[in-house]
Amino acid sequence: MRRLSQYVALVAYIVFLAFPLVWLLSTALKTPQEMALADPTWIPREPTLANFADAFGEQDLVGAAVRSLGVALASSLITVLISLPAAYAIARHRGLVNRIAIGWVLVSQVFPFILIIIPLFMILRDLELVNTLPGLVVVHVTFTLPFALWMLQGYVRAVPPELEEAAAVDGATRLRSIVKVVAPLLAPGVVATLLFAFISSWNEFMFALVILQNPDVMTLPLTLVRFTGPEGVARLGPLAAASLMATIPSLIFFAIIQRRLKSGLMAGAVKG
Amino acid sequence: MWLLMLPALVPVLLFSVGPLLYGIGLAFTDARNVRNHETAFVGLENLVELLGAADFWSSFRIGLIWAVSVTVLQFLAALGLALLLNENLRFRGVARVLAVVPWAMPPVVIGLMWKLVYHPDAGILNSLLGTDVNWLADFSLALPAIIVVGVWTGMPQTTVVLLAGLQGIPKELYEAGEVDGAGRWRRFWNITLPQLRPVIVAITSLDFVWNINQFGLVYVLTQGGPGGQTRLPMLFAYEEAFRYRFAGYASMLGLAMAIVVLAVLGLYLWRQMREAR
Repeated sequence: MRRLSQYVALVAYIVFLAFPLVWLLSTALKTPQEMALADPTWIPREPTLANFADAFGEQDLVGAAVRSLGVALASSLITVLISLPAAYAIARHRGLVNRIAIGWVLVSQVFPFILIIIPLFMILRDLELVNTLPGLVVVHVTFTLPFALWMLQGYVRAVPPELEEAAAVDGATRLRSIVKVVAPLLAPGVVATLLFAFISSWNEFMFALVILQNPDVMTLPLTLVRFTGPEGVARLGPLAAASLMATIPSLIFFAIIQRRLKSGLMAGAVKG
Repeated sequence: MWLLMLPALVPVLLFSVGPLLYGIGLAFTDARNVRNHETAFVGLENLVELLGAADFWSSFRIGLIWAVSVTVLQFLAALGLALLLNENLRFRGVARVLAVVPWAMPPVVIGLMWKLVYHPDAGILNSLLGTDVNWLADFSLALPAIIVVGVWTGMPQTTVVLLAGLQGIPKELYEAGEVDGAGRWRRFWNITLPQLRPVIVAITSLDFVWNINQFGLVYVLTQGGPGGQTRLPMLFAYEEAFRYRFAGYASMLGLAMAIVVLAVLGLYLWRQMREAR
């Protein structure tokens, strides 16, 4: 009896979590004629992939995807490159710096974005970086940095300092021991952080909305929102198709790093 | 050591700490978000204006209703799911995968997807319920409708964290409880909840902060409409800053919200710590 009620509850959760996703897929596969029918159905009568092709014609989706890819690649690479040395320093030298860094990670979560985005917008405007992709990269790097730092220092800490000491005893220089001993052990953590930074940037909407106002430089989330506008029902199919395509990179990368992200978040939740 | 920190420190100081301090400063000026505006220090004028503005209070009230109900519902739903996932059930894998999908999705796509669900003509909800409601444009239904989306969106992180917490509870405690003849409910109240407490406090605090600062999801769903019924504080601030270009006023709004959040959080954490002792 208890088992039965547990299964009923589990199925209810699955239905709640899955039905919007199924509906998105269903809408993406429907013809414009079927979209116009009064009583929508779960399973499309004549499933079609035409919406996926149409999506590319509706807005500059390909251009937007390329721009999003560029911004996400640049900001994830820069984020990891500049946070790796700092993560090493924080993990190996405990003390004041360590506490300040962790404090900043927490503070950066509490303050509302509006307090930072207004002055940031003014600074970027003075630097002529508004409406440019480098401007967005700068912002994404800054805002991914705290969590990336947090993740990376956890991975560095997991590498026992004794290994470095052993390398030093064997006559390796500090730099050599880092390259030869620490780096290989750190590689999976670095990849996870890279993918995390990539997803954050690829999905990000708020800062892009403020900084990119010219349609010619808009990233994918902004272009998707422009799809809606004063919507005719006929456009919903291509919109759903485009939304699905925009989700694929995030889903794949997320699947790869899921486990590592969990442990990272847990460490933060308990120590915080 | 400092040399290693430098590459990370420079952008954080330049584009994060700096702007934050600058933004706090702006809150006390009449800055406009336009070129060639002579900015003057006005003291607490923005705060006075803010506290006298009816639309600020209505936005603030909506923000609190939204943040509290999403955080509470998220927590209850996630706790239930985490408890189920911790049991040895069939289809657990399916639920586990589904439970993290919203985490990976771009918020914009989540918003658009739910717009399709709520769509008055082509949406599935009206067809399922046999109703003819324009959910996101209805004065009394828009806020509950977006709260459901908020819960759906935020459940994954909470579930994952609570599940990890559940798995960290030593089995011996339950065995001892069973020996003492404690039933399922007693074991839940007297073992699971107290053991989970630090995790619960941490994740609900984070959820509350994330929810009250929510912007993108609701911007896509309703843009704050109908008639401001879903205009969360951050949407209000965004409009003031980038549509009407009152940078000083919007900064004060942001500062006021930061203070409210810190106060709520401080009170909550202080009470939890005192009770835990």
